[in-house]
Amino acid sequence: MNSLYKYILRIADDSLILGQRLSELCGHGPAIEEDIALTNIALDLIGQATSLYEYAAIVGNEGKSADDIAFLRFEREYTNALLVEQPNGDFGMTIARQWLFDSFRVLFYEALQQSKDAQLAAIAEKSLKETKYHWKHSSEWLIRLGDGTSESHERVQNGINYLHKYAEELFFMDEVDAELIEKGIALDLTTIKVAYEQKLNEVLPLSTLSLPTNNWKQTGGRIGKHTEHLGHILSELQYMQRAYPNMEW
Amino acid sequence: MKEINLTALEHAFQSKIDNDIKIEPKDWMPDAYRKTLIRQISQHAHSEIIGMLPEGNWITRAPNLRRKAVLLAKVQDEAGHGQYLYSAMETLGETRDKSMADLISGKAKYSSIFNYPTLSWADIGAVGWLVDGAAIMNQVALCRTSYGPYARAMVRICKEESFHQRQGFEIMCTLMKGSKEQREMAQDAVNRFWWPALMMFGPSDADSTHSQQSLDWKVKRHTNDELRQSFINATVPQAELIGLTIPDKDLKWNEAKGGYDFGQIDWEEFKQVISGNGPCNAERIAARTKADKEGEWVREAAMAYAEKKNSKKAS
Repeated sequence: MNSLYKYILRIADDSLILGQRLSELCGHGPAIEEDIALTNIALDLIGQATSLYEYAAIVGNEGKSADDIAFLRFEREYTNALLVEQPNGDFGMTIARQWLFDSFRVLFYEALQQSKDAQLAAIAEKSLKETKYHWKHSSEWLIRLGDGTSESHERVQNGINYLHKYAEELFFMDEVDAELIEKGIALDLTTIKVAYEQKLNEVLPLSTLSLPTNNWKQTGGRIGKHTEHLGHILSELQYMQRAYPNMEW
Repeated sequence: MKEINLTALEHAFQSKIDNDIKIEPKDWMPDAYRKTLIRQISQHAHSEIIGMLPEGNWITRAPNLRRKAVLLAKVQDEAGHGQYLYSAMETLGETRDKSMADLISGKAKYSSIFNYPTLSWADIGAVGWLVDGAAIMNQVALCRTSYGPYARAMVRICKEESFHQRQGFEIMCTLMKGSKEQREMAQDAVNRFWWPALMMFGPSDADSTHSQQSLDWKVKRHTNDELRQSFINATVPQAELIGLTIPDKDLKWNEAKGGYDFGQIDWEEFKQVISGNGPCNAERIAARTKADKEGEWVREAAMAYAEKKNSKKAS
C-alpha cells in the first residue's frame, strides 16, 4: 500500500479507536450533561474516521469500502497511537487521555489544513472546528478536576501520570511521513512539538497538576504493535462483520 | 357534585384547563395535579435515561460506521430528552437529585420496556420501530397536555422521536431484504418486543388507577386503550409491508370498528416487570447506581471548583 493510504489510516484509526472507547461510556457518565458531551465527542470522532476511511478507500483503490477498511483488518494492521486504545478508567483517566489527545489534534489539524492534498486539507478544516470544542471541554474538566477536591486532583493526576508515556508517540514519524512531507502532503510533526508542550503548559498551572518527571516513552501503535487492549476493542468493534460476513446492514 | 366543592382557585384552574389555556409554573395548581405531573414527568425522564442502556449495549458492536453514528446520535438525543424533562419537572418544585435518588432506590418507576434485554442487532431496529413508535403515540398526544413546560418539551422530543422510529424501521427493512439469518434475526426481535411494546401503554382503562383524573386535568389526552389501538392499527401494515409476522394468532382486521382485534396481553408479566421482576430490572438499576456513585466525586469536584471561583471573584 502506498504512503498516502498508510498516512490516512493512522489519522483515521486514532479517531475510530478513541470514538469506540468513548462510546463504551454512553449511558454511564457522571452526569447527564457529561453523557451528552462525551457521546457527542464520540460521534464527531466516528464522523471524522468515516470521512478518512472513505478517502482511504479511494486512495487504496482495491475495491474496499470504508467499512471494510474500518472493520476488517487484523490487529497488527491498525495503526492508531497507543494512547487512544487505553481503557476509560475513571473519569479522571478519561479526561486526561482526552486532553493529551485533543491538545495534539488541534495543532495537527490546524497545520494539516495547509496540506497540498486538497481532500486531507478539507477534512482537517472540518475536523478542526469540532476538535477545538473537544479541547475546550477536556481542558475545562482538567482544570476543574485538578483544582477541585483533593480526591479529584489525585485521580486526574494519576491519569496523567499513567498516560503521559503514550503522548510522545503522537509525534512518531517514519518513511511514510518522510515521503509525504517532501511532497507537501504530510505534516512534519517536529514543527508542532514545541507548540504542543506550550499548549499543555497553558492549562497545567490552572489545574495545579503537573507532568510526570519520569521520561519513559512507550510507542509501537503506528507500526501495529499495540497494547493488549486493542484486541478486545476489535473483538467488539468487528463482531457483526466477522460473525455475518458480506452482508448489508 | 364536583362543582360544589371547588374553591374559587380550583374553579379558575379547572376553567383554564377546560378552555385549553396552559398551566404555567407560577400559576396556582392543586397539590394533586402537581404531584401527578411530577410523577408522570419524572417517570418519563427516567425512561429516557434508563432507555439509553439497552441501546447503548449495541453502540460498540454496531455493524458499520453509519449505523454506529446513527445509534450514538439517537442515544445522545435520549440523554437530551431526559435533561429537558428533568428541567420541566424542576419547574414543579422537585429536584433532579431527589428524583434520581428515587430512581436508584426503586421508588420511582420507568417504562417497563427497558427491562427487556437487547440480544441482537435486530433488537436495535425493533426498539426504534416498536418502542419509539409506541412512545410517539403517547407523546404526540402529550404535546397538548395542560402543563405548559411539559407540552413544550414534548413538541421538541416528538420531532426527534419520529426520526428514531423511522431509522428503526429502516434497520428492519434492511434486515428483511438481507440474508436468511438477517430475516430470522428481525423476526425473532419482533417476537420478543411486540407484546412488551403493547404493554408500554399501561393497564387497560378498566384497571388504570390514574386515568380519569388525568383526563379531566388534560394531563392525559387519550386513554391507554385508545393509544394502544392506534399503535396496533399503524404498525401492523408496516410489518406486513416488509414481511414480518406479528406474533399474535388472534390479530385480525375488524371492519366494523375500523381497527384490529388482538389477543390477550399477559398482564401478569406486565405486573411482574413493573414491580421489579423483569429480565433486566436489577441490571438497569445497578448500572444507574454505579454511574451515580462513580460520578459523585466528579460532581463534588465541579462544585468545589465553582465555589473557589466564586469566592475569588467576591474577594
